Amino acid sequence: MSKTDGWFADVDRDDPDVMATAVREGSAGEPRDWPALAVEAGFASDENEYYDALREATTEATRAAVTERERADDRQLVHAVRAMDDCSRTANELAERLAEWAGTIDPEAGTGVAYARELARGETDDALEEPVVRSLAARVADLADEADDLRAFVERQTPAVAPNLAALADPVLAARLISLAGGLEELAKKPSGTIQVLGAEDALFAHLRGHAPSPKHGIIYTHDAVRGTHPENRGSAARAVAGKLAIAARVDHYSGELKPELEAELADRVETIQARTADDGGANDE
Amino acid sequence: MSELPAGVERHAFDGTDRLATRGEPVYGEPTDGEWRAWNPNRSKLGAMLDLEMDTGLAGGETVLYLGAASGTTVSHVADFAGPTYAVEFAARPARDLLEAAESRPRLFPLLKDARKPETYAHIVESDVDVIVQDVATRGQARVALENRRFLADDGRLLLAVKARSEDVTREPAAVFADVREELSEGYEILETERLEAYHADHLGIVARPR
Repeated sequence: MSKTDGWFADVDRDDPDVMATAVREGSAGEPRDWPALAVEAGFASDENEYYDALREATTEATRAAVTERERADDRQLVHAVRAMDDCSRTANELAERLAEWAGTIDPEAGTGVAYARELARGETDDALEEPVVRSLAARVADLADEADDLRAFVERQTPAVAPNLAALADPVLAARLISLAGGLEELAKKPSGTIQVLGAEDALFAHLRGHAPSPKHGIIYTHDAVRGTHPENRGSAARAVAGKLAIAARVDHYSGELKPELEAELADRVETIQARTADDGGANDE
Repeated sequence: MSELPAGVERHAFDGTDRLATRGEPVYGEPTDGEWRAWNPNRSKLGAMLDLEMDTGLAGGETVLYLGAASGTTVSHVADFAGPTYAVEFAARPARDLLEAAESRPRLFPLLKDARKPETYAHIVESDVDVIVQDVATRGQARVALENRRFLADDGRLLLAVKARSEDVTREPAAVFADVREELSEGYEILETERLEAYHADHLGIVARPR
């Protein structure tokens, strides 16, 4: 289909799939008088027939696109982010084991996943020719690659599943929150105080049993607005972030529309909180 | 006072006169026979009509509707207008839009990004009579300018500007001034009115292409 053609060029009126694909994937620089051109081209006998065909094609195309976008659902995300964490945790554990072993053969042996990758690529000393050690290193490198791929998947899918959460937190944090809550709907139904301490359950229950202070933040600690705030005001920042994330989760679950103002409101609030440390007014809250 | 378009009337629902169009109910609105109430609190275009802005709508127009969302407003538009192209970007509301389109043979739902008109220029015809725009995104004036290519020279742009989508921290009045200025690159603004009574921090604009 060339850039000056309408969606109806080269499509078979009897094939709804082809028509829908033309609607979804086509493009044109400028609009033209498509109804008249379609009649002229013999696609439809008159304008009415053209509009009937157009309606059928756009409805079919939109339905297919909606289904496809919605299938990228929160369950997929939960599995992906958990698999990602499993892969990187296992890679790290194996990398430690590998470093201990390699250290007995080569005193210069390094540590961590980066070293395992080096070893797997054969960039290290000949003393480490031992095939089982190299093979173990290859497994570690593969697992680390898998974790990277899963992270890329999460970063790609989260904005489709939860556009506002992904915009407010980074996509991986958004996915972790959904995973901890057990789904987007479950997250949307949680009060912001619960979201604030998701991932800090041990500390929370220690507090409830009466022998620890209440946790200020859970997994949202990794949010820049929390981590980047002076410890004295971190509780306030965590509360502000959790509040906006709770709203974002509800908008994502119940409407799905992106609300850019949420991000700006959060940035504004966090700036106010961080400014307290600057002018040393930290004691007051709100 | 401007006339309502043909197909839009004020009807009494529970004793109060409200805007109404003829069609299948979409969002649980009250009905009176074949007429269904058009709630200006849920529809910016409804608010513009209720405030008697001179929209130039007569009924039967070809319409490009940007930001159709769940189809609340666009269903009323399709009730009194001609062929209506409804562009919505988000998948979830588009599902409801499909339902609203079911009983309306000249309502064409499109899951497209209003900031990228070339992705639907192969579908939407040229010289439409009216563009209705209600998109909650930054750069609302830019969206209107980008979509000017669809509008007939004597057509109308009916735009609802949401100040909070541009910048929450600024005064709405300042945001509106900027939007008006940017918009005048391609449009002549005929009338503006704050929709405050129905929608906080929104400005209704009627404009025609320059």
